Amino acid sequence: MASSTPALVSRPEPPPGPGLLLRQWRVLRYVVGENPLSAMAAGLFVGFVLLALFGPWLAPFDPLASHVGEPLSPPSAAHWFGTDALGRDILSRVIVATRLDLGIAVAAVALSFVIGGLMGAFAGYFGGWFDRASTRISDTIMAFPLFVLAMGIVAAMGNTVANIVLATAIINLPFYLRVARAEVRVLREAGFVEAARLAGNGEMRVLFHHLIPNIMPPMMVQISLNMGWAILNAAGLSFIGLGVRPPEAEWGIMVAEGAQYIVSGEWWIALFPGLVLMLAVFCFNLLGDSLRDLIDPRRRT
Amino acid sequence: MSALIPNAAAEGSIAISGTAAPKAPAALLLEVDQLAVEFRTRSGTVRALEDVSLALAEGETVGLVGESGSGKSVLSFAAMGIQDPAARITAGSLRFAGQDLLAHKGAAMKALRGREMAMIFQNPRVALNPIRAVGRQIEDVLARHTDLHAAARRRRAIECLAEVRIPDPERRYAAYPFELSGGMCQRVMIAIALACKPRLLIADEPTTGLDVTTQAAIMRLISELSAERRMATLLITHDLGLAREYCDRIAVMHAGHIVEVGPTETLFAAPRHPYTERLIAATPVGAASLDDLAAIEGNLPDLRRTDLPSCRFAERCARRGRECDAPLGLVAVGAQHSVACHRPLGTESAEAQHVAFA
Amino acid sequence: MIQAILKRLLGAVPALIGVIIVTFILTRALPGDPAAYFAGASGSQEAIEEVRVKLGLDRSLPEQFFFYVRDLARGDWGSSLTTGQPVLTEIGERLPASLELTLVGLILAVVVAIPLGVLAATRPGSWVDHLCRGITTAGVSLPTFFTGLLLAYIFYFLLGWAPSPLGRLDPYTSAPDFVTGFYLIDSLIARDLETFRAAAAQLVLPAVTLALFVLAPLARMTRASMLGVLSADFVRTARASGLHPLTVLFTYAFRNALLPVLTTLGMVFSFLLGSNVLVEKVFAWPGIGSFAIEALVASDYAPVQGFVLAMALLYVLLNLMIDIAYGLVDPRARLQA
Repeated sequence: MASSTPALVSRPEPPPGPGLLLRQWRVLRYVVGENPLSAMAAGLFVGFVLLALFGPWLAPFDPLASHVGEPLSPPSAAHWFGTDALGRDILSRVIVATRLDLGIAVAAVALSFVIGGLMGAFAGYFGGWFDRASTRISDTIMAFPLFVLAMGIVAAMGNTVANIVLATAIINLPFYLRVARAEVRVLREAGFVEAARLAGNGEMRVLFHHLIPNIMPPMMVQISLNMGWAILNAAGLSFIGLGVRPPEAEWGIMVAEGAQYIVSGEWWIALFPGLVLMLAVFCFNLLGDSLRDLIDPRRRT
Repeated sequence: MSALIPNAAAEGSIAISGTAAPKAPAALLLEVDQLAVEFRTRSGTVRALEDVSLALAEGETVGLVGESGSGKSVLSFAAMGIQDPAARITAGSLRFAGQDLLAHKGAAMKALRGREMAMIFQNPRVALNPIRAVGRQIEDVLARHTDLHAAARRRRAIECLAEVRIPDPERRYAAYPFELSGGMCQRVMIAIALACKPRLLIADEPTTGLDVTTQAAIMRLISELSAERRMATLLITHDLGLAREYCDRIAVMHAGHIVEVGPTETLFAAPRHPYTERLIAATPVGAASLDDLAAIEGNLPDLRRTDLPSCRFAERCARRGRECDAPLGLVAVGAQHSVACHRPLGTESAEAQHVAFA
Repeated sequence: MIQAILKRLLGAVPALIGVIIVTFILTRALPGDPAAYFAGASGSQEAIEEVRVKLGLDRSLPEQFFFYVRDLARGDWGSSLTTGQPVLTEIGERLPASLELTLVGLILAVVVAIPLGVLAATRPGSWVDHLCRGITTAGVSLPTFFTGLLLAYIFYFLLGWAPSPLGRLDPYTSAPDFVTGFYLIDSLIARDLETFRAAAAQLVLPAVTLALFVLAPLARMTRASMLGVLSADFVRTARASGLHPLTVLFTYAFRNALLPVLTTLGMVFSFLLGSNVLVEKVFAWPGIGSFAIEALVASDYAPVQGFVLAMALLYVLLNLMIDIAYGLVDPRARLQA
């Protein structure tokens, strides 16, 4: 696997628009081709994206409608995943929940990627007080057990989905900040950056046109490794009753709703949303590992 | 193969020249015979050593020289039995004082390693355990190979530090490698290697990673200790000047082959292999000025290739001829002096070109 | 040595200050008017103003911060609206339950993960290695609350091996006399093996659930670090000195490999304390996590804030202990501290 790594490693000047897309497509194809597990993960990923986009049309029943089947009936031909205490179709609820779960994770990761990435890039490039301040902020966040901090943030700011996104973004911020800062600090000294500066480019232009595009590969790895964790985190928060409110369909809350029935043997209520949640996280973690192996073979473990 | 063995002169009548004067005929200590080592990798089998033969007598210092990647370290690691798990010895034999080192899955080697045969490495600062006091690292070796009790081990460890001329050995006993200079670390490594008074020391680029003044001190220490203890020493280096200064004989390696072996002065005065000649020309010691230094053209061949020529230097060689494709082995060309070349230097006038076909 | 530890203690001060500032901000970020909130739903305008003055909310933020820190130092962490008890008392009572669970989970994880990682590193490509890779990838993907439920279903409902997953003891056993608050230890001190067995039986499933989650990062790091160390120059030196393979493996390789694992332990504790909350909810474990969740559901903020602060302080303390342990293993860190 290590023998042929594509151009990403050598950090070439990024080609504009379509070239980058093409390269990313090649990277994806490479990941898929190398390892059957990665291929499986990529397949799952596509599946989850489709579910998130078209879930409401794919669900056989209305996810919120009660008594579409006999309450608490086990999986059957009509209800593949069975029904819950209110007689709602679990399959439909699991499918429809995909959009909310992935949505929360994607929004949170995007927020911390943009804010953390920019902060880290500025801190790494300019140093000085901004560097010290942002390092202090990320160290302070990291001084908390992260899930607990997220609980505290949601409790303080209000129990809404938006605050779940915000809390998840805040606890992920240090990871992006650190990666971006470290990468920029290394690249700042690289020859092509010096050349760009000598060619008369302003500091901002150097940073945005020459440095930031080149820290994208490790940032992408960070994103893919982080997605699974963000999903787990958001689901965990709703499991303890934060953010998403019933009757909304969400995997964490569905597991929580099924929890009380598991000791009396109605396993399907919690099992299916839990399994799908696990599968989603597993899929992102596998993709993240493959991407990391691809971009940075040395760090493979 | 007999030509490789020191003092078993091929042509008894030829007088031995130079400073590498023969000592009293000594018993052979290490015998490497037709050794072949391969690495199985995903991208193919690397034939790292092929048909390598070399012998060391007691008290003798032999230099093993060649470019990086020529197989010097592979040879020494194989001799110590510490080669990479991917390496396989596919042919040949290794003997130490007559014992077969490879027999019984290397049981003999395990028994001798660290006690009778020892090794020191380059970059001493990373070659010592960073979180263990240096004295304790010597004691580990003593605990393994001797019956000394704890207090005696400690005394002996301090003695070992003193033997390698470390000042204030009692205090240094408790020092950690990061508290010592590179030169001191190399002395500690020598102390570890010599703790059990081995009969063979393999020094793998012992001065690489040290500054120049320290290099000389370390080399003097090694050669003094070798002489004191009549210890056979195999000095592995890419520095021909260093080998010339300290070695009785020199073996030149290229791409997993030994291409020439001979007494140091003979080899420098009249190299027979074109590669040896190029190597000497590339060494600052022999050259009058920097302009005289000549880089060796070309690179080592890829040892994964399945179509390697019998002479692995042929593709870089200016003297290459048609006969160079024929099978090749070391052939005696003088006292203790052998070369593996179909068209060796210094034979243009003679008819020696034609005798070497095996 | 003592000096080095003192230096490390000082090193924890910035983290401590950061934690207190953040918790202070969280208390002031309550939605709406905190004074109105604490005065209760039926509070009159005067009552609200009274609360405002009492809480010091009429003062400037630096002053408020000063009073906040002073109250914390005095042990006044506010009171729970639902139970009426001081938050610190409530947390103190429940902390041993959480700690016992967390520590047993951690020990289980370490006992499995480290040998697994070492074995995988010494036999690359073997079945142990593949097992290790599988476990590490799958392990970090497990939602703790779901694995907990799954284990409860299998071992309680289907197999009947585990007791009902509710709390620290079954209803027929009474708690041992309080010494440490750890039932396992207290029951042993009281020489009450029956209680010990009952407490252990209740503890197994939640502890395994926790261990399964943190096992992955530990095993992964052990394997990677061990692989790196095994190819290090000093291990080669040890081999060339003919040291016994076990000496090479443990005295030389493993102790060095432990250093990055210790560093990872910080992240592991973060995971552990976080998933502890979820596991406590699943197994109705009467620790500070369950306490915080109950308070959250009842919109009772002082206990939640107290919980966040307590967890953060605990985490700072654990990181400090890791730091000190690191200094004990690594002379470089000890002397350069």
